[in-house]
Amino acid sequence: MSSIGTGYDLSASQFSPDGRVFQVEYAAKAVENSGTVIGLRGKDGVVFAVEKLVTSKLYEPGANKRIFHVDEHVGMAVAGLISDARQIVETARSEASNYRSQYGIPVPLKYLNERVSMYMHAYTLYSAVRPYGCSVVMGTWTDYEGPQMYMLDPSGVSFSYFGCAVGKAKQAAKTEIEKLKLSDMTVKELVKEAARIIYIVHDELKDKQFELELSWVSKGTNGRHQMVPREVASEAENLAKQALADVEDSDDGDM
Amino acid sequence: MAFMGDFMSPAPFWHNGPSPGAFYNFPANPSSFGSVNHSVQEFKAHSAAPITTTTTVIGVKFDKGCVIAADTLGSYGSLARFRDCSRVLKVNDLILLGSGGDYADYQYLKDIIEQKIIDEQCVGDGLQLKPRSLYCWLTRVLYNKRSKMDPLWNNYIVAGIQDGEPFLGAVDKLGTAYEDAAIATGLGAYMATPLIRDAIDNGPLNEESAKALVRKCMEVLYYRDARAFARYQLGVVTASKVVVEEPTEIKHDWSLAHMVHMK
Amino acid sequence: MLGLSENFPEYALPGGKQARFEPYADNGGSIVAIAGEDYAVIGADTRLSTGFSIYTREQKKLFQLSDRTVLGATGCWCDTLTLTRLLKARMQMYEHEHNKSMTTPAVAQMLSTMLYYKRFFPYYVSNVLAGLDGDGKGCVYSYDPIGHCERSNYRAGGSAGAQLQPLLDNQIGLKNMQNVTEAPLPREKALALLKDVFISAAERDIYTGDSIYILIITANGIQEEKFELRKD
Repeated sequence: MSSIGTGYDLSASQFSPDGRVFQVEYAAKAVENSGTVIGLRGKDGVVFAVEKLVTSKLYEPGANKRIFHVDEHVGMAVAGLISDARQIVETARSEASNYRSQYGIPVPLKYLNERVSMYMHAYTLYSAVRPYGCSVVMGTWTDYEGPQMYMLDPSGVSFSYFGCAVGKAKQAAKTEIEKLKLSDMTVKELVKEAARIIYIVHDELKDKQFELELSWVSKGTNGRHQMVPREVASEAENLAKQALADVEDSDDGDM
Repeated sequence: MAFMGDFMSPAPFWHNGPSPGAFYNFPANPSSFGSVNHSVQEFKAHSAAPITTTTTVIGVKFDKGCVIAADTLGSYGSLARFRDCSRVLKVNDLILLGSGGDYADYQYLKDIIEQKIIDEQCVGDGLQLKPRSLYCWLTRVLYNKRSKMDPLWNNYIVAGIQDGEPFLGAVDKLGTAYEDAAIATGLGAYMATPLIRDAIDNGPLNEESAKALVRKCMEVLYYRDARAFARYQLGVVTASKVVVEEPTEIKHDWSLAHMVHMK
Repeated sequence: MLGLSENFPEYALPGGKQARFEPYADNGGSIVAIAGEDYAVIGADTRLSTGFSIYTREQKKLFQLSDRTVLGATGCWCDTLTLTRLLKARMQMYEHEHNKSMTTPAVAQMLSTMLYYKRFFPYYVSNVLAGLDGDGKGCVYSYDPIGHCERSNYRAGGSAGAQLQPLLDNQIGLKNMQNVTEAPLPREKALALLKDVFISAAERDIYTGDSIYILIITANGIQEEKFELRKD
C-alpha cells in the first residue's frame, strides 16, 4: 500500500491517486481478523456455520451470538466487528418489517439484499462516517425460488453464492467448500460438512477456544430460519471432531 | 421495532438519515424515491365511522382454557358483502385473539401484532408474549387512539393461558377493559352472555361443554342478529395448544318462521 | 332536512344517523368512604356496566396506592384505568426519589394536579381517596373530574353518590337532627353503615350492585372484606 500515510486513507469520501478508497479496504481488514463464517447453499436450503472465537473463559457459553434471525424466513451470519454487525442486523430487520407492512408478504431475499447493501454502501461515500467493519451472509429458502444466499461486504458489494466463506480462514474454507457438490446436497448433509470445515480450518495455535454456531433455513423447516437443533448439531460437531482427529493422525503418519 | 410508528413514512434510522424503504442518499438529502417524501394526509383525521363491520365475538373460560367464536361475515352497512372474513387469530402458542367491529381496523392491528411476534422470535431467547401483556398493550393502543379522537373501531377478546391459568379479557374501542369468565360483544352482550352466565352458574365447564355452549350461542345469534352469518370459526386455547378451527356452518331451519308474526 | 337527492356515501343510508364518536362512556359504580379517629373505611361495588348491560359482576374499583392510602374510582372505566396506572407510576417515582411512600394528603394534592392537567379533555372519573394522614387520623378526599379537591370525613361518589350523600350527612354528619351530641364514630358502626348504604343504593341505582369490596385502613395495615349485594 504505497499511499499509506499520504493522507488518502483518512476519509471514505476521497479516492487515492491510484483509484482506491482506503477506508473501505481497512474495513475489509477488520473482517479478515474475525472468526470464520461459512454459508452453504444446498438443494433444499441454506446452512450457516460460525467459528465464534471465545476470547475469555469468563464469557457465558452462548454469549455474543454471531447468527441472527432477521425475519421468520431470513437468517444472517456475521463476521467482523460484532457491534457493527448488530446494527446491520437491526437495519435488515427494519427493512424486512417495512417490506412486510407495505406488501403483506415476507421480503424476497433479493430485495432485502438490495436494501441492506445500499445501506452499507452509503457508509462508503461520506467523510463524516466510517464504513461498517463487517461482512454478513444472508440466506433463506422459499417454495417458489428454493434456497437463496447472499454475502455483503463492507464496500456495499454483494453477490449471490452457492457457497461462501469469510473471516480468518476464508481461503482454506473456500478450498474445502469447492470440493463439495453443493447443488446435490441436502441441509442435513451440509450441516455435517459445515461443522467439519469449521473444525478443520480452526487454528488451534493462534485461537485457543471457539464455539461452533450452526443454523439453517430449508424446506424441512418450512422456510423458517432456525438454530440447528441440539441433537443434530452435537452429532455434526462430534463427526467434525472425529474428522479432525483422523486428519491429524494421517498428518503424523506422513511425517 | 420500526413498525409501530407511522408506517407510511417510517422514522429514519437516525436524525436526518435515511429511513426503511428509502434509497440511501444522505445526509439531509431527501431521496426522490421511497416513503420519506410522500406525507400521509395534510388534514387531521377526526372521528371515524366503521365501514366494513363484523358482529359479535364470544369468549368463554372453561376449567383448562378458553374458547372464542366469531362468524365470518363482513357487513357493508346492511349489505352482507364479504363472506370469508376470518377474525379469530392465533397470536402465538399462548394467545388467541377475537375481534368485532371495523374489519380494516382489525387487519391493521393484526399486522402490527404479527410483526410484534416476529420481532420477538428474532430475539431468539424463547420467551413469548403472554395474554395479559397483549391485553394491557391493546388497552393502551386503543385508549391512545380514542384520545386522539381517531379510534380503532373494534371490540377485542384476548384469550390465553397465563402462568398455567386460563385468561379471558375484553377491550373496546375506548380502551375499556375487563376480565370475566363469560364475554360477548355487540348484540351477543344481550343474547349470548345471559346463556353463558347461566351455564357457568350451573357448574364448571370443560372443553367439550364450553364448545357446545358457544356453538349454541352462535346459533341463537344467527337466528336473531341480522348481521350474523351461518359460517363461523371457533378457537380453543389450552396449555398444550392453540387451535383455530376451519369455519363450520350452522344447520339452520326456518320452517318455524311463518309462525312468527310481528304486529 | 336532507333530501334524497343529496350525495350520501353509499354505505351511509339516508335516514340512518351515524352518531359521531363519543370518547367517554358511563360505566357506573359507586364509592363510599368514611374516616374515623384512627381509621378510614372505603367501599366500592363491583358492577361494571354500560347502559342496560353488565360487562362484569366482579370488577374491583379500589386501588391500593400505599399501605395507608386507597383510591376509589368510578365513571368512565377507560379513564379510570389510565389515571390509576399513571398514579401508581407516580407513587413509585416518589418512593424511589424520597425513600418513603407518599402521605395521603400529598397523594391527594398530586391527584388534583393530575386531574387538572387534563382540564380541557378531562378524565371522566369520580374519585374518592381515603387513608390516614400524617398524624394517623382518618381522612377522605373527594374530587370533581377536573381536579377540585376537598377534605372531609365521609363521602359518597359515583353513580349513586347523589342518593347516598344526604343519607351520610344525616347519619354521620348529624345534619337536620335535633338533640344529638357529636361523638366519634366507632369503626364497627361505620362499617355497618357503609354496608346498609350500599344495600339502599343497589335497590334504586341500576349501575350499583352485585357485591362490594371494602378496605379498612388502620395503622396496622389494610384489611379487605367482601359483601354481597343484589345481582339483578
